[in-house]
Order: sequence, then C-alpha cells, then structure tokens
Amino acid sequence: MPGRYTITRDDVAHVAELARLELSEAELDMFTEQLGAVLGHAADVAALDLAGVPPTSHALALTNVLRPDEPRPCLDRTEVLVAAPSVEDDRFRVPSIMGEAP
Amino acid sequence: MSSTGSPASPAFDLADDVRAGRRRAVDVVEASLAAIAEREPELHCFNLVLADSARQRAAEIDRMVAAGEDPGPLAGVPVALKDNLCTRGIETTCSSRILAGWRPPYDATVVTRLDRAGAVVVGKTNMDEFAMGSSTETSATGPTRNPRDPSRVPGGSSGGSAAAVAAGFAPLALGSDTGGSIRQPAALCGVVGMKPTYGTVSRYGLVAFASSLDQIGPFATTVADAAGMFDVIGGHDPADSTSLDRPTPRVVSVLGDGIEGLTVGVVRELLEGADPDVVARITAAADVCAAAGAHVEEISVPEVRLGLSAYYLIAPAEASSNLARYDGVRYGLRVDAPDAASMNVATRTAGFGAEVKRRIMLGTYALSAGYYDAYYGQALRVRTRIVEGFERAYHQCDVLLGPTSPTTAFPLGERLDDPLAMYLSDVCTIPSNLAGHPAISLPFGTGDDGLPVGAQLLAPALGESLLFRAAAVLEAGAPAGTGGAAGGVA
Repeated sequence: MPGRYTITRDDVAHVAELARLELSEAELDMFTEQLGAVLGHAADVAALDLAGVPPTSHALALTNVLRPDEPRPCLDRTEVLVAAPSVEDDRFRVPSIMGEAP
Repeated sequence: MSSTGSPASPAFDLADDVRAGRRRAVDVVEASLAAIAEREPELHCFNLVLADSARQRAAEIDRMVAAGEDPGPLAGVPVALKDNLCTRGIETTCSSRILAGWRPPYDATVVTRLDRAGAVVVGKTNMDEFAMGSSTETSATGPTRNPRDPSRVPGGSSGGSAAAVAAGFAPLALGSDTGGSIRQPAALCGVVGMKPTYGTVSRYGLVAFASSLDQIGPFATTVADAAGMFDVIGGHDPADSTSLDRPTPRVVSVLGDGIEGLTVGVVRELLEGADPDVVARITAAADVCAAAGAHVEEISVPEVRLGLSAYYLIAPAEASSNLARYDGVRYGLRVDAPDAASMNVATRTAGFGAEVKRRIMLGTYALSAGYYDAYYGQALRVRTRIVEGFERAYHQCDVLLGPTSPTTAFPLGERLDDPLAMYLSDVCTIPSNLAGHPAISLPFGTGDDGLPVGAQLLAPALGESLLFRAAAVLEAGAPAGTGGAAGGVA
C-alpha cells in the first residue's frame, strides 16, 4: 500500500508542535524527507497481519514494586535547587503560565 | 585469575597487584592519565577527564592497602564512564547542550558499586546525544575518532567508552545498550562489549532513553575482564523497579568450562546483510566452536528481520515520553521567554540536536492519534513475534552466533545525513534488546580493510554463564593480533 503511511510536511509540523519543538522551513523539509524514509522502511511492519498477536511492551513480566512506607533521607534540597535555572524561596521559578500577571 | 589455562584478565590482575602492594594505585592512574594526555586531543573519547579526583582516589586506595584493608576486586583500576551515568557533583551531560553543566545530586547504582569495588573513575566518555546514534557523531561536543583508524567512526552510541578502552586509556569502561550501543562500538573498536539480560544491572542513575530496552554493561579488552566487571555491577537494586529480584548469574567462575556438547546456532538472518569479509570471519568463529566440541548448526530466525523497523518505532516512542522532562524548569538549559510554554519550546529547540529531534518527532508520530495502532501497536506485536522466534531457536540451540555489525568501522561523516543508513548499523544487535536477552561482542579477526570484526554471541534471558563460556572459547581461538588495547595502562 504505497503512500498510505507517508508522513506529510503538515504531519511533521504537527508533531513538532506536540513535542514542543520549533522548526525552520528548511528543517521542516529535511525532517519530512528523513522521517518519510524511516517510516517507509517501517511499512514492512505496518503491513503485517498480526491480528490476535498480543503486544509486548516490555521484555519482563513487570509487577508493581512497593517499598515499606518508612521515613528515609531524600535528595538534599540545596543540591537539587543549585541545578535549577531559576529558584525563588527554595522553589523552582518559572515564567508566567496561563497568561496571568507575573 | 592468572593460573595456567584461565582466560587473561589484565584489569583484575592489575587490581590483585595493587591489593597485594606490588603496584601502587597512584602509578596505575598516572599511566592512565599519561596515555590520555598523549592521544585524547586526537581521539576525543572524553567529555570530562577527572585527573584530580582520580589521583586523590588512587592515593586513598594506596593508603587502604598500606593500612591492611582490602579496597576491593577493582582496587586502583582506572574506569571510564559513559556520560549518561549520573555522578554526584560531577558534570553529566549525555553529550547534549540541554544538560551542559548539569551536576547530578546522586550517583548511579553502578557508580556506587564500582566505587565500593575500589575502581578509580578517570573520566566521563563522549557518546551520541542521549545515546541516539551509531557513530558518536551526534554528540554536541564533537565526534570521537576510532583509535584503530582515526578517519573512521568508533561506532556508537557508547563510542567514547569503546575507544577509551581500545586506546588503552582505561582497561575497563561502562556503556549503555538500547539497540546495540555497547556491542556495535565494541566491534568497531576491536574490544569486548556486553549487554546483560534486562533487569540484571540496575538502571538507577542511567539517564533514560528507551526504558524497556536500556541496559548498562561493560567494555573490556578481554572476556574475563568483562565477566568480572559484570559480576561487580550486577545484582538486585531496590532503587530500580525493573531490577530482577533473583540471583544474577556469577560468571567469572565458569569461564573455563568450555562448550563441549553444547549447540551453537549460526543465525542465517544476521548474516544476510553483512559484508562478505565479515561473513567469512563469523564462519571461522563457528569453526572454532566446532573444534571446541560444540555442535554447530545453521538456524533460521526469520522474525529478527523485523527487528529494525519495530525498534525504530518503539525506541523513539519511549524516548519522546522520557525526553519530555527537559522543559527548562528543574535542571539543564533554560532559554528565557515571556511565558512558560514559549520557554519550553525555546529551550528544547536550542538544547536538542537534529538526531534527538528526529527521534522525538518519530516517536510522537508513532504514538499519535490515528497512527498508534498502525505503528506503535504493530511494533509491540512484532516484538512478541521476535521473542517467540528466539524461544524456538533456544529450544534447539544453547547459544546463537552472528556478526555484531554488518560492516567494519565506516568513515566519519558517511552516514550522518542519511538516518536510515545509520540505523542499519544496528540491524544485528537490536533483536536482543527487544527480547531483553544478553549478548556479547568480541574481536574476531579483521576485515579486508584491516579493521576489527566483532563476533556476536546471544543467549536466552539469564544465560550469561553460557554466553561468557562461549565467548572465552572464541577469544582463545580468535586470529592473533586483533583486539586488546593499543598500549596504555594494562
């Protein structure tokens, strides 16, 4: 089914927006071509009839792991905050969200 | 380790010398730093060389020995760490602009275990950005060059670690392997590299790329050194919820057991796309297994043909989720903007390189509405098929054999602008990641260009003992003059 799974320039612009990336016009062209080539290769997978085959999302049969609910030391706050781009009153500081006044 | 007939273990022999007071750790570390000073400007294996802290740690090891204490099985041994392993207070960048200058507030579990074993960390090694790449060329700090031929890539993504061991900068290194990122650079640089069973080595403190596939493992110049390193870093860790809570195979003690009576399957599909000179080496490796008393047969596992396509949907999908955390808020780069949403976009746009952006977008696409089932869902069903294919193979064979990479090291720049050609470098290594199985690459002769060829052995989950036994046999039978380090420490 050639063409069915081809990624368009608009698709690339859309996923870039979802992924919070800004692309130049030239980058849009480049990524559309490159992602198209990779997805074209993946067409062999997309075309397989695997109805009834269960998905494997993980190599291990994962079970939830809980530790005893006991107090113990956590990361040092100063050491954590020193890595942050902006800090105020021992908290991470960010620019305004939702358009409210800073 | 040095008794007659045992496989060579230079790193652990060196540690034994330090523990017995026959050699000082400070001298060992000086030799490592001297080797680095000589060739590092040309090769760029490291993002950071830790000369001062390495000297201090070595002096501490020597004081312990003088005081009659045992610093551990890796006493005084220089070790290089891939720059996606968190080191407390020491810059950890994943070779990305977005993490430049980041000093983690904790150590990865493997770093703690190496420290307790007396190892001396000499530096953080260069890698493809966030481990996305097969040549170490996507690094924001520039490419690493292959010590065997500096016009060639070292492979990737753990190219700095592989090249550091091949150049003799350190006898041991750690890398991470999501689709072949330990084994492929080991093959291209002519050293030993091993990906353990998923869950046997803690991922706590490994910066996440694709969490269901990532696994930390050793680089060494010999099979026995890699085995010893695996024994040091493996074992359950409560800090990693995917860490297996059951005994991890101890492999050093079985290295000399041979493979007489075992069945080795040469996987037809892994040889399909390989260059003729690579195929010839793998055929010779199969002959070595037969001469050692193993039953060798050709086996078909057609499902592995689908591995590459499935991997390049699954790994980017997981990456697109894992890398959402780089938002300019808690650590790393922030590009200022009037509001938080534009700050996120500006930061990520400036902080990530082209390959990381490609993977994030590919993963976002594969997971997006309308395409989820055709791409991601389908890839997960293919993953089931690959697991079933291996199950069938291991019903018939004890271990599997094939090439690690279809080619020897390729020239710098050759595949950088052609992502699909680059991805094809991983075609032989990816199936083990999708199945969660262990695999090892070891040097086995050279190609027509004189560059190293890697033989890859695969085993079922928790089959590390068989894997290392077979690897020791191949190492002993490998053509002379390949592998090992080009001078340096050990």
